[in-house]
Amino acid sequence: MIETQDLSKQFHDFMAVDGVNLSVQPGQILALLGQNGAGKTTTVRMLTALLHPSRGWARVAGYDVVKNGHDVRASVGVLTEQHGLYMRMTAIEYLDYFGQVYSLSPSARKARSNNLLEYFGLAEAARRRIGEYSKGMRQKLALARAMIHDPGVLLLDEPTSAMDPESARLVRDEIARLKSTSRTIVICSHNLTEVEVLADKIAIIYRGRVLLQGTLDELKSQVLGAPEYEVKFSEAWDSAGFEMPDGVDLLSQTPTSLKVRVKRPEESNPQILNMLSSKSASVMAFQEEARTLEQVYLKVMTEARGQEHVQ
Amino acid sequence: MFSKLKLVWLVAGRELRDQFRDWRVLAPMVILTLCFPFLMNEFAKQTVDFLNQYNANLILERLVPFSIMIIGFFPITVSLIVALESFVGEKERGTIEPMLSAPLDDWQLYFGKLLVGVATPLLASYLSIGLYLYLASKQQLQMPPAPVMIQLFFLTTAHALLMVSAAIVISVQSTSVKAANLLASFIVIPVAILMQGEAVMLFWGNEQVLWLAVAGVMIIALLLIRVGLAHFQREYLLGREIDVINLRWIWLTFWASFLDGAGSLGSWYRNVLGTAFRRILPAMFFMVVIAGVSVWMGYDWINQNVAETIAKASPGDLEKVKERVGDLPDLAEIRNSISAPFLFLNNTRAVAVIFLAGLFSFSVLGILLYMVNISLIGGIYALLQLLGIKPLPIFLAGVAPHGVFEIPALMIGSAVVLYIGAALVTPQTGKSMGEVIIELLADWAKIFVGLVVPLLAVAALIEAYITPGILLKVIGN
Repeated sequence: MIETQDLSKQFHDFMAVDGVNLSVQPGQILALLGQNGAGKTTTVRMLTALLHPSRGWARVAGYDVVKNGHDVRASVGVLTEQHGLYMRMTAIEYLDYFGQVYSLSPSARKARSNNLLEYFGLAEAARRRIGEYSKGMRQKLALARAMIHDPGVLLLDEPTSAMDPESARLVRDEIARLKSTSRTIVICSHNLTEVEVLADKIAIIYRGRVLLQGTLDELKSQVLGAPEYEVKFSEAWDSAGFEMPDGVDLLSQTPTSLKVRVKRPEESNPQILNMLSSKSASVMAFQEEARTLEQVYLKVMTEARGQEHVQ
Repeated sequence: MFSKLKLVWLVAGRELRDQFRDWRVLAPMVILTLCFPFLMNEFAKQTVDFLNQYNANLILERLVPFSIMIIGFFPITVSLIVALESFVGEKERGTIEPMLSAPLDDWQLYFGKLLVGVATPLLASYLSIGLYLYLASKQQLQMPPAPVMIQLFFLTTAHALLMVSAAIVISVQSTSVKAANLLASFIVIPVAILMQGEAVMLFWGNEQVLWLAVAGVMIIALLLIRVGLAHFQREYLLGREIDVINLRWIWLTFWASFLDGAGSLGSWYRNVLGTAFRRILPAMFFMVVIAGVSVWMGYDWINQNVAETIAKASPGDLEKVKERVGDLPDLAEIRNSISAPFLFLNNTRAVAVIFLAGLFSFSVLGILLYMVNISLIGGIYALLQLLGIKPLPIFLAGVAPHGVFEIPALMIGSAVVLYIGAALVTPQTGKSMGEVIIELLADWAKIFVGLVVPLLAVAALIEAYITPGILLKVIGN
């Protein structure tokens, strides 16, 4: 589990992270989104007990990052921004080395290394020098290193960058599996599609401050408003006398389509369908307008920059 | 403890394996380590042939020990690259962060790197010396006796430890391998100069001084290791990307620390200087103890070394000494030629030299200079006694009047140096090494300007205008 309160980091005059409050429970994935230099890596480094907070506190896996730095590092698996591999080692040597650093027994090291290499498709290249690996292979090996000691908390910076789609899928599946085994996971990513698929919670950071935090649905409704639905008819439909239920706004209408904004879809959508059916409307399709995390993110960023400009 | 040490070995083992897999590091090390003994052997052969023409046996005797010292030094300079890039190299390659994120303590990482840093040059050095000794024995050159060999072994080890410990400090504090390699000159050149001095001692045959050199080098090396460890901060290793000399920031940090919020000279003396002085009180106590020891050492040394000479001196020799003493300028003349500003500048320079020597040796050389200065009191006291002159009245008349100001000034000036040395080797969280050094310099400046300079000024005035008068009266009596 990860908890932070007013977590801040100042480098001389520069406030890199400013008052970040986070809470990630076991079995949850939090995605940190933001521009380069927004403070994501600094936050992760504080959670790894690499940087001391200038203000506030953080507890990771039950340990205070300042008082119990060693315990925090022992409980966390980190995939750093740069993969940080020793190019002259072979993959098997590399994983064995980090297994020893994390005080695993020889048999556990061997078993974990073989499993991870097998899972990530690196078993055949296990005895080749890492310097001969492709970018994607290196990224997978770095991820294997982060998982060698089977940590309770994983902090992953761009876990699928430089990977081909197949490998990226493999990594996403593994992250999802880890989540299902009650791991606490934080991901920093620019891949918003991936975040949409994986994350339970999303925090958008801008200039060291968390601008917005919540589930994907919460962010969408907070930033983009209530969801919008489009109803398409197979034949032109006479809407005279048709009244929308409470909490539903009609946005646009053509003879063969309707566009509505629904505040409480779980209540209102069945009502709309029932009413259309009673009016003998030939409903061909009833679908939610696609609203992506990208839209949320871009809108938040534009507003943040706009506010900064005004100030 | 064993499991913790195991991690040191682990870090060292990986580092060593990595270095030995890099032919760019390995090739020059092997070539120079193995070629240099042959070159040195050829040089020795030519030198022996040349010196035999002149029967210069003393130099011939010392040739092999000297060659061993040189041969031991060269592989260390070449292998220094291993230590120099230990941290900064990993930082540049991006491999440092996973290591820093692992459950390794600072000292485990540091000693792991240090172990490889020391082991590699020493291995190369011993290998080179071994090969040279084999070649020299084939030539039937005179081999050094066992005590000299042991001394050379310790000397080479001390050089390696000193250079590597300094290189690791540089590696931790540098932002690029390029900068670290440039800064290596600050290690190689002083050690090369030190070796010239040691070579003189070797040819002179002064083994005692060479052992002192071994001890001094070892102490400084250990202090360097302590400094490196004290200022090893994961945050700074990760944080800094480029080195920028920000003179404005340096000055503002220094000035802020120097003033420390004082609004007037009175409050500066009361609060700022008072606080700074309280900080150096333990060091002051230590300086008083050292002063006592130094006076005794000076007194003892003169009695041990000069008493016999005086006892053996013929009445004619003693008469000559007396004549020479009689030829010395009259005290009244000296009084006219030595002015208060001259004395003041001379004494201020002595305190400044102690500071500078101490700053670059974590106070070790500064304290040695202080001891030499103070030991003069005991030495002169003993000398006067041996010459049959009652020393106490002369000391009370010629030293005490200005000494009550001058000696405390010297003690305070040296105590700050000791304090700086101790503070440098003490971990200070949340501050970079640069900040720590600037604040310590400000502390020194506070005490130097606020206490030492005024005390030395008063001492100079008394020494120039009052002491000679009192001394004349006493000598006259």
